[in-house]
Amino acid sequence: MNVVVCVKQVPDTESVIKIKPDGSEIITDDLKYVMNPYDEFGVEEALKVKEKMSGTVTILCMGPSRSVETIRTGLAMGADKAVHLDDPSLEGGDSFAAATALASVLKGMEYDLIFCGKQAVDDDSSQVGQMLAEMLGLPHVSLIQKLEIADDKKSATVHSQVEGGMAILDVSLPAVLTTQKGLNEPRYASLPGIMKAKKKPLETKDAAALGLSSDSVGCAGSKTMITTMTPPPQRAAGKVIEGEGPQETVPKLVKLLREEAKII
Amino acid sequence: MANSVWVFAEVKEGKIKKVVFEMLSEGKKMAEKTGGDLSALLLGHNVESLAEQLGHYGADKVYVADNEVLKDYTSDAYNKVLVDLIKANEPAIVLYGATILGKDLSPRVAASLNVGLAADCTGISLDDDGKLTATRPMYAGKAYANLSFSDSKPNMASIRPNALPMSEPDESKKPDVVKVDVNVSAGDIRTKLKEITKTASERPDLTEAEIIVSGGRGMKGPENFQLLEDLADVLEATVGASRAAVDAGWRPVEDQVGQTGKVVSPNLYVACGISGAIQHLAGMSTSKYIVAINKDPEAPIFQKADYGIVDDLMKVVPVLTEEIKKLKAEE
Repeated sequence: MNVVVCVKQVPDTESVIKIKPDGSEIITDDLKYVMNPYDEFGVEEALKVKEKMSGTVTILCMGPSRSVETIRTGLAMGADKAVHLDDPSLEGGDSFAAATALASVLKGMEYDLIFCGKQAVDDDSSQVGQMLAEMLGLPHVSLIQKLEIADDKKSATVHSQVEGGMAILDVSLPAVLTTQKGLNEPRYASLPGIMKAKKKPLETKDAAALGLSSDSVGCAGSKTMITTMTPPPQRAAGKVIEGEGPQETVPKLVKLLREEAKII
Repeated sequence: MANSVWVFAEVKEGKIKKVVFEMLSEGKKMAEKTGGDLSALLLGHNVESLAEQLGHYGADKVYVADNEVLKDYTSDAYNKVLVDLIKANEPAIVLYGATILGKDLSPRVAASLNVGLAADCTGISLDDDGKLTATRPMYAGKAYANLSFSDSKPNMASIRPNALPMSEPDESKKPDVVKVDVNVSAGDIRTKLKEITKTASERPDLTEAEIIVSGGRGMKGPENFQLLEDLADVLEATVGASRAAVDAGWRPVEDQVGQTGKVVSPNLYVACGISGAIQHLAGMSTSKYIVAINKDPEAPIFQKADYGIVDDLMKVVPVLTEEIKKLKAEE
């Protein structure tokens, strides 16, 4: 099985996000970057598939040069090789532009399975996996919680989270599967793994190498554009309810919820 | 109809989802501005009787694709039906609920049509040229982005449940029902559904719940979540959990609220024994009202809460359950 895992480098979820005074974008100066947490489940699952069925695991990452650190993390976890799509013209685009660029790389690769995190925790769009599948003419299954590949490697049985339960379905391969928490426990990179990662093949490609025209990627290739960014609406700290124990405080709370907030 | 507004009418177990009515309410105002009609798209099997209710919330027209092959959702079949309909009728705007199903389907449709999709929006409006603009949270709500669309049509957006106001239904309104031919065969569907296993809970999904009762590290163990289940029963709420509680194995993954879990916006969020880590606050701070119950008066959650009780949740929650029970009994 040849498995490709799409990964993105994102600000750590503990980050405080600040916006530039002109509202154009966020301030990136003090941000710590990590592999998108949902992509880690994809890397782990790909490694499990390889351990069981042999084959290769390839990390595919689009992003600026700092993303190499995230790619190395994937290689240190155990992936075999990586492709880094690094080109300023690819920056700043929407999910459609990102999927277009990733699809163009994948069209030149051999794969049986593609993993994408269910969403990147920076733009939170939850679109790239599904769009990629459509652009490559593949089926997709979102939010997988369990994966079993058939012995003939032509299909897989997946458990996918649906509202109020789990759908169990068979999907033909190749397919795009989006990953999330609950699928597995991503391993940490070992020290020998980190040492080995430095020697693993990492191929860097720009837009021209993929035959992508400048108007099909990045901002120019986007179907949606961010016009301005704003901080979230601020919540003022409310009132702490005073009283001796729950027998006093709780009736006061219930009264406020009923009469002031009018929600119960 | 190049200026019509369309709403995908998601059905769950024979009922139209509330977010659909929220979108129709907003879509009605938009259609008045564009001068087009408001249409709903109803897909499934034996669903035609639901069309009338869509009319009550403003749909002038309901396209009904009723076929056994659409009984259970599959991205391939639903995508094909929607893409065919959109190509044939060229609406200006198509809206989806940002539910698990809506978020699975809408990007696939967008990629098929080569058009833009603004995902998980909390607000939408029309600019002076009648093009859609959208407001959506990023970084789990730590920042908001305003989006415009390129010239490709239709402009599409998925809308977060509980984000848009719902108008009162007008039961005198009857929509035109347009039956749609379904050109999908079983062979077109590359995912074969074998079974759906339901979770024991009959409660709404966290992302759509109107009231959430959530527990964190202060719950001390899985057994104490029964206190929250009891409270949730009387409030008709859904039970959530912080990352700490999920990572400890006390609650299933799908209960997690926060940046690596679900982003929620209920009318009321009751945080019990949750200190308020930044990634948790990001996931629930759009709740209309927040109640915090925590022993630690310095817990960051109190900075976000409308009402706080500084006390042991194990003592407070049972009393709260009893008080609300009393209140409901009086009604």
